[in-house]
Amino acid sequence: MKHTLAVLVENKSGVLSRVASLFARRGYNIDSLAVGVTEDPDISRMTIVVHGDGHVLEQVTTQLNKLIDVINVTDIRADDAVERELALIKVAADVETRAEIIQIANIFRARIVDVAPKSMTVEVTGDEGKIQAIEKLLRQFGIEEMVRTGKIALVRGAKKV
Amino acid sequence: MTTGSTEKVNGAKALIKCLEKEGVDTLFGYPGGQIIPFYNELYDSDLRHILVRHEQAAAHAADGYARATGKTGVCVSTSGPGATNLVTGIATAYMDSVPIVALTGQVPRALIGNDAFQEADITGITMPITKHNYLVQDAQAIPRIVKEAFHIASTGRPGPVLIDLPKDVQNIEIDLQYPDRIELRSYKPTYKGNPQQIKRAAEEIANSCRPIIYAGGGVISSNASAELVELAEAIMAPVTTTLMGISSIPTGHPLYIGMLGMHGSKYANYAIQESDLIIAVGARFDDRVTGKIESFAPNARIIHIDVDPAEISKNIMVDIPILGDAKQVLRSLIKYVQCCKSEEWIEKVNQWKKEFPLTYCHSQDTVMPQFVIEQISEVCKDAIIVTEVGQHQMWAAQFFKYSKPRTFITSGGLGTMGYGFPAAMGAKVGMPDKTVINIAGDGSFQMNSQELATVVQNDIPVVNVVLNNGYLGMVRQWQELFYDRRYSYTFIKGSVDFVKLAEAYGALGLRAEKPSEVRPAIEEAVRSGRPAVVDVIVECEANVYPMVPAGAAINEFIELEEH
Ligand SMILES: Cc1ncc(C[n+]2csc(CCOP(=O)(O)OP(=O)(O)O)c2C)c(N)n1
Ligand SMILES: [Mg+2]
Repeated sequence: MKHTLAVLVENKSGVLSRVASLFARRGYNIDSLAVGVTEDPDISRMTIVVHGDGHVLEQVTTQLNKLIDVINVTDIRADDAVERELALIKVAADVETRAEIIQIANIFRARIVDVAPKSMTVEVTGDEGKIQAIEKLLRQFGIEEMVRTGKIALVRGAKKV
Repeated sequence: MTTGSTEKVNGAKALIKCLEKEGVDTLFGYPGGQIIPFYNELYDSDLRHILVRHEQAAAHAADGYARATGKTGVCVSTSGPGATNLVTGIATAYMDSVPIVALTGQVPRALIGNDAFQEADITGITMPITKHNYLVQDAQAIPRIVKEAFHIASTGRPGPVLIDLPKDVQNIEIDLQYPDRIELRSYKPTYKGNPQQIKRAAEEIANSCRPIIYAGGGVISSNASAELVELAEAIMAPVTTTLMGISSIPTGHPLYIGMLGMHGSKYANYAIQESDLIIAVGARFDDRVTGKIESFAPNARIIHIDVDPAEISKNIMVDIPILGDAKQVLRSLIKYVQCCKSEEWIEKVNQWKKEFPLTYCHSQDTVMPQFVIEQISEVCKDAIIVTEVGQHQMWAAQFFKYSKPRTFITSGGLGTMGYGFPAAMGAKVGMPDKTVINIAGDGSFQMNSQELATVVQNDIPVVNVVLNNGYLGMVRQWQELFYDRRYSYTFIKGSVDFVKLAEAYGALGLRAEKPSEVRPAIEEAVRSGRPAVVDVIVECEANVYPMVPAGAAINEFIELEEH
């Protein structure tokens, strides 16, 4: 089972490696990790997607909390949050396939952000399912390169982590 | 938060002043190029510095000092090889939750990351073995960092903290103002147990017929021995301890049933297996304790008192977790409890105690290692016992009669050979009026025997009793029992003459080869008031029993065969 953790940390050098090394040495698997500064410049926010059962989640959370630079850890439930991921997908494209790719992009409300004689780059934002779906459709044209940011998430409404 | 005036000093001097403010009186260390500015200021300071002969010993000495006194120990080294030499000592302290602060020199900031001479990324290297660490980038931050480091090391679940100090940072002038309080928004240990949970625990206890208290090192680090004994007596429950929990209750207490686990007493293991309620205090259900976890205490409900939330339900699911400091939680728990219906249970446990006592093959001509421990126990009743790692460590755990907390100091979690002697040195420095005995193996002692120079130079009269069996005995025991007696590279007999080794350093060297010589040798060494090594030639193939093979349930023993 997948869990999305919002981890608020002190915005200091070395914090990312503390978190990453904790996951590595305790054998927890990270599906994705996104990190950036928050509205408070002293605080960074990591969004970490992990998989594991309740026991693993409990352990990940308490072990993360033990790191001095970790301020708090919240398990964000999907039905209670806005979750997004951004992907850039460079697809092989020529005069014949270009139109079809644009059409697919439109359906997914994705954008074409670069066009070259033999390729196009599609920018898509959405949840994991959406990105997987467009990736699957674009694969037939040949995906040359793809990059994903990893998921970020905010709890809906007034509630904060 | 700061009070008082500021003064202008360089980073190194600031560091020393901050250490003094923290109440530090002793440092264990070894100088080098990148820590020279610090040593230059140390030259004029009142702090006592013990010059070790290997940085590993500095870390272990700081650790031994901390365990014996309850205060935070401090060690110092230079960058690169000096810092990496501390690593084993830091890891040892980490595994046993011992508060130490390690100070390391680092190459100047401008050179960091360039593979400069004697550069090592020590904050990176020690990340998984410190509670926290710092690379000081800004000299002005030194006072805050020192304050935080000591706070973090000594509070909550204690542990080592490292501060890495680039050489140029040590030279920069700063305005020194020592904060008298700090606020870490991300670090607020819980000390007071949740009253609801404590009441639930008291109810469980009242309903239990076969309760057992399982006490670990947390009882000692939170100074909760008196409360532990009071609880045990209030509810009439037998007490077993982990290796780290030894000395938290007097060995002779009628409710004490010794250590449990792999080399635990049979009666402790039987009792935990048959209990209906385990009250775990400051212990972590380590694999050496639980054996095969699926068959551990199958009918017991578990109350777990611990200061570290990450230990709750880590290895075993508990029924009533109580997050908090052992001393405080036990204090409030005692108020709610009443005696359980445990008379029959106590009787049964006492029966086991009589039926399966800890024992060994006595001998008239050969010195049995267990006999040596018994002799030490009689001669040095109130001594602080420190150990190395191996069979001798287990015998020290099984056969010495401890009466006060902080008198048994051993590397439990990491099992570091070479720990004992330098840790004993640190313990003696911290507790100069106590007799400090290092119970050593002939293998382990050779891992840090160079510290004989340190104890002689600084007049630290530690007595090392080497149980010389000519083997890396604990490994040999496993080879005997599980590898068909194929003693692959565990034979070390005749490696050195320990008496001459001691004498070469200017320490007292004595030898005992017959049972009758053991006691006089120990007495003489203790009486001499000098650093000493007593080389006791013991039976070479004695084994530690009982033994639960790794991975078996803890009531499945390999036992001593009677001759
Ligand atoms: C640094 C280190 N290396 C290796 C080991 C593995 N080990 C555990 S006990 C032991 C033998 C110890 O021999 P000795 O000190 O003579 O004690 P004895 O078991 O003979 O009493 C060894 C090699 C260890 N615990 N620590
Ligand atoms: Mg030996």
